[in-house]
Amino acid sequence: MLSRNPDNYVRETKLDLQRVPRNYDPTLHPFEVPREYVRALNATKLERVFAKPFLASLDGHRDGVNCLAKHPKSLATVLSGACDGEVRIWNQTKQKCIRAIQAYEGFVRGMCTPFCGTSFFTAGDDKTVKQWKMDAPAYGEEEEPLHTILGKTVYTGIDHHWKEAVFATCGQQVDIWDEQRTSPICSMTWGFDSISSVKFNPIERFLLGSCASDRNIVLYDMRQSTPLKTVILDMRTNTISFIFTAANEDYNLYTFDMRALDTPVMVHMDHVSAVFDVDYPPTGKEFVSASFDKSIRIFPVDKSRSREVYHTNRMQHVICVKWTSDSKYIMCGSDEMNIRLWKANVSENLGVLTSREKSAKDYNQKLKEKFRHHPHIKRIARHRHLPKSIYSQIQEQRIMKEARRRKEIHCLKHSKPGSVPIVSEKKKHVVAVVK
Amino acid sequence: MSATRAAESLLALSQQEELVDLPKDYPLSASEDEGDSDGERKHQKLLEAISSLGGKNRRKLAERSEASLKVSEFNISSEGSGEKLVLADLLEPVKTSSSLATVKKQLNRVKSKKTVELPLNKEEVERARTPLEQEIFNLLHKNKQPVTDPLLTPVEKASLKAMSLEEAKMRRAELQRARALQSYYEARARREKKIKSKKYHRVMKKAKAKQSLKEFEQLQKVNPTAALEELEKIEKARMMERMSLKHQNSGKWAKSKAIMAKYDLEARQAMQEQLAKNKELTQKLQVASESEEEEGGTQVEELLVPVAVNEAQMNADGPNPWMLRSCTSDAKEAEIQEDPEQLPEPLAHNVSESERDETPVAEEEILLKEFEERRSLRKKSELNQDAESVGGQETKDSISQEVLFELRTLSEKLKENHQSRKQKASSVGTVPQVQREEPAPEEEEEPLLLQRPERVQTLEELEELEKEGCFQNKELPRPVLEGHQLKKNPNNPTDAPKKKKEQMIDLRNLLTTKSPSVKSLAVPTTIEEMEDEAERDQKQMIKEAFAGDDVIRDFLKEKREAVEASKPQDVDLTLPGWGEWGGMGLKPSAKKRRRFLIKAPEGPPRKDKNLPNVIINEKRNIHAAAHQVRVLPYPFTHHWQFERTIQTPIGSTWNTQRAFQKLTTPKIVTKAGHIIKPIKAEDVGYRSSSRSDLSFVQRNPKRLSAHHKKQLKKNSID
Repeated sequence: MLSRNPDNYVRETKLDLQRVPRNYDPTLHPFEVPREYVRALNATKLERVFAKPFLASLDGHRDGVNCLAKHPKSLATVLSGACDGEVRIWNQTKQKCIRAIQAYEGFVRGMCTPFCGTSFFTAGDDKTVKQWKMDAPAYGEEEEPLHTILGKTVYTGIDHHWKEAVFATCGQQVDIWDEQRTSPICSMTWGFDSISSVKFNPIERFLLGSCASDRNIVLYDMRQSTPLKTVILDMRTNTISFIFTAANEDYNLYTFDMRALDTPVMVHMDHVSAVFDVDYPPTGKEFVSASFDKSIRIFPVDKSRSREVYHTNRMQHVICVKWTSDSKYIMCGSDEMNIRLWKANVSENLGVLTSREKSAKDYNQKLKEKFRHHPHIKRIARHRHLPKSIYSQIQEQRIMKEARRRKEIHCLKHSKPGSVPIVSEKKKHVVAVVK
Repeated sequence: MSATRAAESLLALSQQEELVDLPKDYPLSASEDEGDSDGERKHQKLLEAISSLGGKNRRKLAERSEASLKVSEFNISSEGSGEKLVLADLLEPVKTSSSLATVKKQLNRVKSKKTVELPLNKEEVERARTPLEQEIFNLLHKNKQPVTDPLLTPVEKASLKAMSLEEAKMRRAELQRARALQSYYEARARREKKIKSKKYHRVMKKAKAKQSLKEFEQLQKVNPTAALEELEKIEKARMMERMSLKHQNSGKWAKSKAIMAKYDLEARQAMQEQLAKNKELTQKLQVASESEEEEGGTQVEELLVPVAVNEAQMNADGPNPWMLRSCTSDAKEAEIQEDPEQLPEPLAHNVSESERDETPVAEEEILLKEFEERRSLRKKSELNQDAESVGGQETKDSISQEVLFELRTLSEKLKENHQSRKQKASSVGTVPQVQREEPAPEEEEEPLLLQRPERVQTLEELEELEKEGCFQNKELPRPVLEGHQLKKNPNNPTDAPKKKKEQMIDLRNLLTTKSPSVKSLAVPTTIEEMEDEAERDQKQMIKEAFAGDDVIRDFLKEKREAVEASKPQDVDLTLPGWGEWGGMGLKPSAKKRRRFLIKAPEGPPRKDKNLPNVIINEKRNIHAAAHQVRVLPYPFTHHWQFERTIQTPIGSTWNTQRAFQKLTTPKIVTKAGHIIKPIKAEDVGYRSSSRSDLSFVQRNPKRLSAHHKKQLKKNSID
């Protein structure tokens, strides 16, 4: 005689989910590893099937895009400055240009938006820093900057503080400005070479860094009048980004621990040409880099190899790249006047997901992670198509690198033990650290 | 002579044909093509025979089998030209002239005319003086060998006369007719097969069944062994039907009938018919169970007596197919044999009574029923054997009672007989005789049901099973038993298949045998017995189902092969002819071979060495290896760490919903369309606004890094 308690199987309202009794006895569900393996394999394959990262291309510039800036308050708004001095403001969702300003005669060297999001600063070739209103001018109003600061030297970069009304410019020296004043609060120099970029640290509020063409990266404290310390690398660093990665001319990116600059934490090396720009998403686990080799790559912070490479036929040398502040998209501006929008995760479904879809996605993600060392899964997950030029250059550089390594080994072998030091890859690129 | 021979062969052929035709006519087999080809062949033979009838030494013309456009001397085969060419043949004209022919005819006529024979001459010839001569004459007379004209025997002459051309033609026509008839018949069969009427088919089926039954009965009378085979066939068909699980009222037809039964009388009838059929088919199970119970009851008794006697008794129980045969042959003998009732009854009675005390009363009833059934079964077989025997009409109950006692006494007697015989080591042939006599008393009984003989078969089989089980349990030396069985029916041709059946799965080949359960003889363990019975039944069923394939032996063989294959091979480096003479039939010397044979080292012991029913393949499977991780991945320091991470499943199949959710939450969750702001130091719980952060960093670098990470995480969650 079967007797059941109806409470166990009758739902209270018809909107409730049906209770499904389940038996979790492991003997009833055998082969867990092989089954999960197959699921992982399928998930990996599906990921590759649905890997379509390119979303849109914003065109309208009449020259190469030199700099990009994110709006601090609005996700959809992007600002871009071109090599012909034009500044454009884009709406990403509509994929349209909202506003175009002819700001300079020459290059727009740098752009930044203060945290309030009502205005933005541009730095140009004509030794001026201009502040513009974010909103379009009213009818009949003329398109002109709010303020214009005339400097003594050419400004090559500009960045705004994350919390305070302070911004920094770089050129011959690093100047720190108050928004309200026309003269810098302080200016700091290191050597005589021009400084290509300056960045504020988003968390350590008084900290900023710059990189100069004399191959060094300098850290400054806003409260002191002299730079804190500097690290000299093999080759010139084009940009830095906090949490502290430097995009170098020697095709590599170096992630540093600010406290110990003598050894980079990680050397990221997948690019086959000079790296121009690097940007972190707000989650800080990965970063994106733009390179002269017409591709952008996404690196995990703790991996030396990239997890993703984006390229298109028409994309030329990528000058600038930005990761949007919701960490979902990547924008890149390139030589051929376009701004491209990419997904940060290649096969991500952008629409609204039901809870089941979400859980399935999470599960698949976990499975891929769990089985990522298995050869088949690894092979499939790693497979990427590359343009021939990049591919052949990679091969070439591999050969070169191998040759160098071989030579090193030979040197080591044929010299007096101890006379030739063994230098690790990380330490190799750091020339000196100066405080 | 050749003509006569041909005629003879023709006669033989026709006879053979008739023989062949007879059985072919009534099974309605579909082997028409075969028959056709056969007929053609025969026809061909016939034609040949006719053509060779010409009387003269007509040599068979070789056929030119290859097709060729030109007919040249090179193409002509010399087959059939065994005879030598005579010059006279060549010299003769192709056609004999007509004038000569008439003369020849006349001559022939004259020759054929019998001349009047003189009596004296005959007498002289016939007279036989010496005993040898007499003997020879006798022989000649017997064979109708003509003494005077020794050319042709009368039989030969008759055959010569019998086969004229017309007759051959007639024969041919007959054959043609037969063939035509056959084709008509086939056409008719086809037509009938196409008839859709179910009723027609049903009626036909019934008629056929009746017919076959009748034939079977006939056959039983005439040829019991054939009948037995037929019986087996029928039984098999019945089993097939039973296995098919038809008549369970679950088919489409049955369901529709069940619906219609309310309104339709016919449907109701059909339903009932089906029900009856179902009952009839399923009845076997009941019978089996009954027998089991009965056996359970008698087990005690059986255990008390020696096995051999048991066997004998069991054999005596049912109408053994061997017995059937022997009954027909030695019916008289059986009658001559002493009657079982005349045997010392009181003693047996006592014993049986004591036995009865042990067994419950209900069991006796079952026994009774059982026995009745058996008797009726036997009755049927006996009825066929001697239909004329008429028994006295007695009430059923009394008969059955009597019969029960008879059985008891008989068993007792058998026991005694057997023991005495064993002591005396006298002939074994008497045992079957005793068995034979047993069915005799119950010959006179009421009419029997159709199914009975079939059930006998099954019962027998069950008993066979029982016996086997007994052997197994008691672990008796098997060959001896077999020998015993052989001895029991030494001149029985049907013995062979039986033995085969017993050897379906050899005991020695069993991988794991249950240890025989030791039972105390005194305690009646009916329940256990029944369970055992059921188990055995099951086993037997499986055995029967997989009679053809000996799985265990195959497996053992496979394992042996695997072991052989995995053994390391010796390397033989001997070069024949190196340092000694070489060539055909010369082998390198043993010494040399010994010297250059590199013995392979003993591999590690196989993993499945002590697992008799497992083959572990120790070879690396490349297909699987392609999916396996070759190197220990980076963060892990030991392989078991990695294995453990892999072995814990994370799917919802293996985990509860909550655990699944916990396991699959990603490290970083971001909300789409929301700006993630950088974390503040205050957020993570330390105040650094007043001091320089960097200094703090420098002082306490480690803590910061930890904080940093936390900050990051929190930031992401924001």
